[in-house]
Amino acid sequence: MRPIRELPVATLMSLKDAVAAHVRSGDSVAMEGFTHLIPFAASHEIIRQGIKDLTLIRMTPDLIYDQLIGMGAARKLIFSWGGNPGVGSLHRLRDAVEAGWPGPLELEEHSHAAMANAYEAGAANLPFAVFRGYVGTDLPKVNATIKSVTCPYTGEQLATVPAIRPDVSIIHALKADRRGNVLLEGILGVQKEAVLAARKSIVTVEETVDDFGPRNANTVILPGWTVTAIAAVPGGAFPSYAHGYYKRNNAFYITWDKIARDRETFQAWMTEHVLNKRPEDYAQHGRAA
Amino acid sequence: MIPATPTEMMTVAAARALQSTDVCFVGIGAPSAACNLARLTHAPGITLIYESGTIGTEPDVLPLSIGDGELCDTALTTVAVPEMFRYWLQGGRITVGFLGGAQIDKFANLNTTVVGDYAKPKVRLPGGGGAPEIATHCGEVFITMAMGNRAFVSKLPFITSMGHGEGGDHRLRLGVKTKGPTRVMTDLCILEPDPVSRELMVTSLHPGVTREQVQEGCGWPLQWAVDVATTPVPADEELTVLRDMHARTKKAHGVAG
Repeated sequence: MRPIRELPVATLMSLKDAVAAHVRSGDSVAMEGFTHLIPFAASHEIIRQGIKDLTLIRMTPDLIYDQLIGMGAARKLIFSWGGNPGVGSLHRLRDAVEAGWPGPLELEEHSHAAMANAYEAGAANLPFAVFRGYVGTDLPKVNATIKSVTCPYTGEQLATVPAIRPDVSIIHALKADRRGNVLLEGILGVQKEAVLAARKSIVTVEETVDDFGPRNANTVILPGWTVTAIAAVPGGAFPSYAHGYYKRNNAFYITWDKIARDRETFQAWMTEHVLNKRPEDYAQHGRAA
Repeated sequence: MIPATPTEMMTVAAARALQSTDVCFVGIGAPSAACNLARLTHAPGITLIYESGTIGTEPDVLPLSIGDGELCDTALTTVAVPEMFRYWLQGGRITVGFLGGAQIDKFANLNTTVVGDYAKPKVRLPGGGGAPEIATHCGEVFITMAMGNRAFVSKLPFITSMGHGEGGDHRLRLGVKTKGPTRVMTDLCILEPDPVSRELMVTSLHPGVTREQVQEGCGWPLQWAVDVATTPVPADEELTVLRDMHARTKKAHGVAG
């Protein structure tokens, strides 16, 4: 007779407790969400708890990592496009790379194709990803993790990058049900891959429901036994967006350019809007649009 | 009708390069405006794809980012990002990749990574994003960017995405069978690679622009086609559709996109 095995399922907890329990200084952390569903509330909790020395992984660092980098939480950044989409630079990222403020930042720089493949390899429990890429570019000259392999069938040289296996992946999703299952719709990015590639995961959600009810058979669901912790944080993706809940606040992305350009302005903004706030304060951004 | 500004002329020239039968991978900014102008004028059947996974999207306003909700709401379908890069881009299903860049050289290689030394950059730019693989997997690549001798440079500090490499058959020698950059639409002129050397040469001047102006905006001595054409003036319809699109976009999120 097979011994009865306990199935660990996601624990519903406060965001504060989830971050305190599962994110440690020195961890490698992937906070994903491709423009949509960026887990801003969770990153702010990491900043409030003073967690440092992180290896931050994310295809598009976006404002979320600009803030973490500017607050000195990061030691290293693994990324593929570090701008403020449609606006310009990430000034805190630039300041760290160009001037070492508030501290040095090690870069491991890829292309989107490489990062997407590397997450998928991580989810698939492979040691590396193989793809056609990086031909004729200088990126392999500055990133020693980019290597190549010869196809055993055709002899073609193919690019390889190591699988991404974060200590913790953090995403924001639309809903969780009482059994800890998580539902995503809209632009999916690499969130599913990031969660399945990680040792542990935290998912913030717009709302918790008893049951998802009628849904499309192909709705993306992460079963509760693939997720470590869930926290309900309505509005937690602001100023990015949550499909069907609220729109991307493009005006804030434009405003951020002015806030982040100057060190003091940035620090004052972070003190007022992050250090002196709590996860509940995000609710004002939920459902509004 | 107020005559076209140089930027509008660039967008119109870029839009005209697209056809209704194209499947186009769209970069953000200037390429996005050009691709949607084409869709709303002479190329209604064009399939626009953004790297956020949206396929066949028909936005009413220009997105600020490549993943605005508008793109997903109006798309035929939306796929995850690994699938986008593996099945659709690497799978060879895209006819045109439309890129912008911070810097370009005479073989249409692009730099969006750094100005200065990589380890100690003068200016840290955003990086490659989708461009390194867009540049090699799409059937051909169109580039649109404004001229200026800090943008059109004789030597790139960093090659983020390959154009024609060192020229000639360099792409083929690296095993890349796609055409690479076939057209560069700027605010002053249109450039196309020489069929053999692959060095960019001016093939069309925008109305009222002189050869001297174009050369001033370029950091290397330019090659000229034997017969340099004059780019047709934007039609009223092209300008009206473009200006309406920018007005809707500005109203929607405070910038013209």
